[in-house]
Amino acid sequence: MADFETPEIKEFIGIPALQEGSMAHSSPFIAYTDHQEALGYPGELVENWQQVALDKMDDLRSRYRSFQVFLDSCVKCGACTDKCHYFLGTSDPKNMPVARQDLLRKVYRRYFTFAGKYFPKLVGAEDLTEAVLDDWYSYFHQCSQCRRCSVFCPYGIDTAEISMAAREIMDAVGKGQKYCNEIIGKVFTVGNNLGLPGKALANVLEGLEEDVEDDTGVAVKFPLDVKGADILLVTPSADFFAEPHIDGLIGYAKVFHETGASWTLSTTASEAGNFGMFIGSYENMRRVSMRIRDAAKELGVKRIIFGECGHAWRIAYSFLNTLVGPFDFLDQSYPIPQHILEYTWGELEKGTLRINKEENDHMTLTFHDSCNVARGSRMGDYPGGQFDYPRNVIKAVCNNYVDMDPKTTKEATFCCGGGGGLLTDDLMEIRVKGVLPRATALKSVVENEGVTHMAAICAICKSQFTKTLPYYGFTMDQIVSVHQLVSEALVMKGSEQEAELDGTDGDDTEE
Amino acid sequence: MSFLLLIALVVFIVGVGLKIKQYAQTPAPLKIPTTPAPVTQTGVVFRMAREVVLFESLFKSNKWIWVFGWMFHVSLLLAFFRHLRYVVSPDSFMWPLVSNVIVQSFGQYAGFAMVIGLLGLLARRFLVERIRYISSPSDYLMLVMLIVIGVSGLMMSFVSHIDIVQLKMFVMGLFGFDFQNLPESTALIVHLLLVVVLLLIFPFSKLLHAPGVFFSPTRNQVDNPREKRHLSAWAAEKYNDHVDK
Repeated sequence: MADFETPEIKEFIGIPALQEGSMAHSSPFIAYTDHQEALGYPGELVENWQQVALDKMDDLRSRYRSFQVFLDSCVKCGACTDKCHYFLGTSDPKNMPVARQDLLRKVYRRYFTFAGKYFPKLVGAEDLTEAVLDDWYSYFHQCSQCRRCSVFCPYGIDTAEISMAAREIMDAVGKGQKYCNEIIGKVFTVGNNLGLPGKALANVLEGLEEDVEDDTGVAVKFPLDVKGADILLVTPSADFFAEPHIDGLIGYAKVFHETGASWTLSTTASEAGNFGMFIGSYENMRRVSMRIRDAAKELGVKRIIFGECGHAWRIAYSFLNTLVGPFDFLDQSYPIPQHILEYTWGELEKGTLRINKEENDHMTLTFHDSCNVARGSRMGDYPGGQFDYPRNVIKAVCNNYVDMDPKTTKEATFCCGGGGGLLTDDLMEIRVKGVLPRATALKSVVENEGVTHMAAICAICKSQFTKTLPYYGFTMDQIVSVHQLVSEALVMKGSEQEAELDGTDGDDTEE
Repeated sequence: MSFLLLIALVVFIVGVGLKIKQYAQTPAPLKIPTTPAPVTQTGVVFRMAREVVLFESLFKSNKWIWVFGWMFHVSLLLAFFRHLRYVVSPDSFMWPLVSNVIVQSFGQYAGFAMVIGLLGLLARRFLVERIRYISSPSDYLMLVMLIVIGVSGLMMSFVSHIDIVQLKMFVMGLFGFDFQNLPESTALIVHLLLVVVLLLIFPFSKLLHAPGVFFSPTRNQVDNPREKRHLSAWAAEKYNDHVDK
């Protein structure tokens, strides 16, 4: 596995000298025939793939204004060239956002613009050859669609849009990515990305109920497929078994329990993630989202709440209403859909939750803004709420909190390096190199501010960090879920923790 | 020359017009503003104004590119205002606005700032490895062309003056299709020929960033997807069958 060198963490995030072609060998496994066909794509590379690709490009530019405007508008000013974590971690110039876009733009120019048709050399236009297709496959799978470049572009050009279009074109010619396409297939057949069947899910939840009761003495329920519940919780399936995700799920359940909420999970919508976005497919994204609408209708819930997941929240917040709305059958007095942090922060503000912050005193926390939450969504009713809600909740349940370098947080946050459909072992090298900027910023607060743990609100971030940060000398357990912190500090009524506090300490530890 | 200028103007106006039409008619099927984004339409107008007038995102990104780029664009605008004196009739109500000493002298000295800004951008293109990597011949040539336009203009203003009365007759004649002779000046010929080239390539090149920025969904969309359902025509037609269920 380690046939590459882990970059060295420097004191600051530096701009590397170019090393052309240094990541040209990095490509994910290609989707098998049945993965492709399940999503309505050709099983293997079609014979007239050039024509199919160009037709698809033409179709996309007529249906997506972003694609057309972004292809035309770039002036090659260079503002984005040092903004991508994959470039900073790999030194490969094709990982500079503009250069990544140009892989597609040079073909657009060659076939669809006057200048490119008649003066290709002058404007850098190129024929669509097999080598170009290979470059697409390689470098459009070295983009996590995190949108950091789009923040800094004077025209708002979003490489994520270009990379989604490129992947859709590649799917259309029969060269899809195994990881994403296989997973989308599993959602359709089983109900979640991990292929966890309903019975297994029920067992997991039962086990969790026992664990929580053992820990606290309170019978906290993890309801599944309960008709007539008020709230449908849709959460990434990693929350059902991965660490530290599952501790976050326990946190949601405790908060629901303590606030007396009637809630349920759904077997058929046991996945918040939606990899349809990663492959740029409106149709697949919609099909995946439709399970959530259907589950909400079938169970007769009044509200939908999403668990901690970055890209899922972008789709839920920004696209769900478009794709499968309107949600006129839900209670209109709550945001549709709502983020679990909006729910928890609302309850904390109301004072319905009793918190003992000292439970988290053995940690000093920092927070990683997930790219899709930071730059593709919102929480609350004002711009930038997505930065405050998680910090507010963390500070409400922890005494020790420190932010990382502001050049690496909020709208300028660095992707964890595993988003956008890259969270697969066949892309380990790009994942390890891509986490470098975040690792650098984390190391700095660890050394200078005594930070011990980093909290995250995204299943992909959590999985990526626990796997790749150890390459840089961190340990897996330094990554925590935000609701894990809530879970630790929450003093439920009738719990052993409550008895202990009130027995030794009188009645006053409440915040 | 009259003929060339008129052709170039027509190509420019029709070409850019068609592009604007294309951008305006192509739907944006999903809400993709780069957040945090304004939650009202008024907020979007302000965001776009900051972007277009101050180059806000570029400022966040890279101070050198911002300094040179902003200097060039603002100077170009000032120089453009100065040039209006060749098109506006002295009888027009516009004349005092165009001919006053502020517009004229700012416009005159802006020529220097414009050339300095362009030289800065050109230097970065040569010197910074990352920008050199992404540059095509046309990227250099376009800067060189603008520099020559600027320098030839400055030559006429500060070195060898031309007969501007004759020039004004030429320009006014142009729009009345009463073609007059140009004053004799090599600098003027170079200046005008390159302006013709600039107008001709505008609708077919990266100069489309000028109309493009206004149509950029990451900058011009309101952040209100939960409150208001956003649906494009093609998606409504193809993918909205669940609504009637």
